[in-house]
Amino acid sequence: MARRPRLRGATALLGTVPFFAYVTVFLVIPTLVVVIGAFAGDEGGFTLGNVEALGNGYVLDAFGRSTALSAMSAVIGAVLGALLAYALVTAKPDGLLRRTVTAAAGVLAQFGGVTLAFAFLATIGLSGFVTVWLRDTAGIDLYANGVWLFELPGLTLVYTYFQIPLMVIVFLPALDGIRPQWREATESLGGTTWHYWTRVAGPLLGPAFLGSTLLLFANSFSAYATAAALVSQGSPLVPLQIRGALTSEVLLGQQNVGKAMALGMVVVVSVVMALYTLLQTRTSRWLG
Amino acid sequence: MAGVIARRARRQRVFRWTVLSVLGVFFLLPFVAMVEFSTRDPQTWPLLVDWPRLSERYPALAEGIVASLSQAALTALLMLVLLVPTAVWVRLRLPRLRRLIEFLCLLPLTIPAIVLVVGLAPVYAWVTYFLGGSSLTLVFAYTILVLPYAYRAIDAGLSAIDVKTLAEAARSLGAGWGTVMIRVVLPNIRSAVLSAAFLTVALVLGEYTIASLLNRTNLQVAINFLGKSSATMSVAVSLTALLLAFVLLLMLSLIGGRRRRSATAIEAAVPVPTAHKEPAA
Repeated sequence: MARRPRLRGATALLGTVPFFAYVTVFLVIPTLVVVIGAFAGDEGGFTLGNVEALGNGYVLDAFGRSTALSAMSAVIGAVLGALLAYALVTAKPDGLLRRTVTAAAGVLAQFGGVTLAFAFLATIGLSGFVTVWLRDTAGIDLYANGVWLFELPGLTLVYTYFQIPLMVIVFLPALDGIRPQWREATESLGGTTWHYWTRVAGPLLGPAFLGSTLLLFANSFSAYATAAALVSQGSPLVPLQIRGALTSEVLLGQQNVGKAMALGMVVVVSVVMALYTLLQTRTSRWLG
Repeated sequence: MAGVIARRARRQRVFRWTVLSVLGVFFLLPFVAMVEFSTRDPQTWPLLVDWPRLSERYPALAEGIVASLSQAALTALLMLVLLVPTAVWVRLRLPRLRRLIEFLCLLPLTIPAIVLVVGLAPVYAWVTYFLGGSSLTLVFAYTILVLPYAYRAIDAGLSAIDVKTLAEAARSLGAGWGTVMIRVVLPNIRSAVLSAAFLTVALVLGEYTIASLLNRTNLQVAINFLGKSSATMSVAVSLTALLLAFVLLLMLSLIGGRRRRSATAIEAAVPVPTAHKEPAA
């Protein structure tokens, strides 16, 4: 107690040195490597060449396909996940059903990567369970129009598998915020179910739904492992383009284009997340 | 009015079970398929549980399994050593730094793993130079990767207790800071620490991106490699790894569920930055 407060603050800071040192080396420096590298030439020095290279056809295509995949899987995941979440809300709040499904959703939202890819290969791969069963019993060929599992439709289906559970987890709190009294109030004022959903619950849940959809978009935009395990040829998506830039000897003058693409991904994810935060503040006004 | 409510309850029940059964089929089908696929060759499962023969037949797989298990254990340890004292210390002595720590801990959620790898590559050139190219060096990157999840779990645990009073009481009775950490705070946030550790293990066992792109091995890299030569075996290993992760994460939700009704533990496991909720102290 004899020491001056300022000095005490300084010694207190020493306790956080290990944490900050570690985070600096393994998080801050890598982030800076990407940000600075995106604007650095092969021999150092500032250049906009890498960022300009993002305008190349193949990079734009990759961003377009990544966006399409993320948007599709986010919308499908959001709609189905919201339906499932609503189904849970109508069940008993402390019931076994609700607890089981939320726990399972928590687990499945984490489920991605190689194992998920192999699960789907075993299910609807060329010799998968469902493919074979449909062919032998119903005579339906899943892949009559080409093998779509390794392309955008297939990836969308596989991504939906972790998007729906994620939607359940992030949307459930908003649905729980809806009070039964609001429905009763609508009814006592002569409103129908249709009025209730379009005039009361809809506008209240709208921002939460949109925000959750954005969250799902960011989630699938940054996913890599699942796509990497499924798509072994070509690089249709941004993360796979970055893989290409990392693993193969790239063209002279293009060494840092991978970093520019990585920065592009961070920018997209950050913008989406900022919008999400904005919508979340709107949501919490009523459904906190 | 009563008729309306009864009719609505019935409609909701029909809706509920329709949604649940349709999505239930969608979510269970891959598991059924994996069981069916991996039993097509009757040799697969007996081989998988026979460790000596497995490591002889698929050395890369055995190496991956050992690597992943050691990585998981070491990451959990490093995460706890790094995070718990810092989180407690900041709450006690440097409350103004809490926002910064939280920001840094949650930052990896907005940086996709594939982007992190791009930045980690030069850092790992140094790691390889100093420590060699062992797969265990991935522990450094994994600790960063699990930081958001572990932080949310531990922070929720710390919010539920009055750290300051506990620490002051212990200090006034003559305890040193080490005693405060290990014998006073730690036992009180046991379930949060356990949550963080479970999450860490589950995440590390499922990690593929960083290991494969930094040319190191782990379970997922080995499974992916195996998929090219033996599809049945790779599906069997996938299923085992999945069930293991499921058991871990379900235990996690049980720990979380026992204390409070709200699913704090599940919220910690969400792979995206969710809205920050100021916890009631």
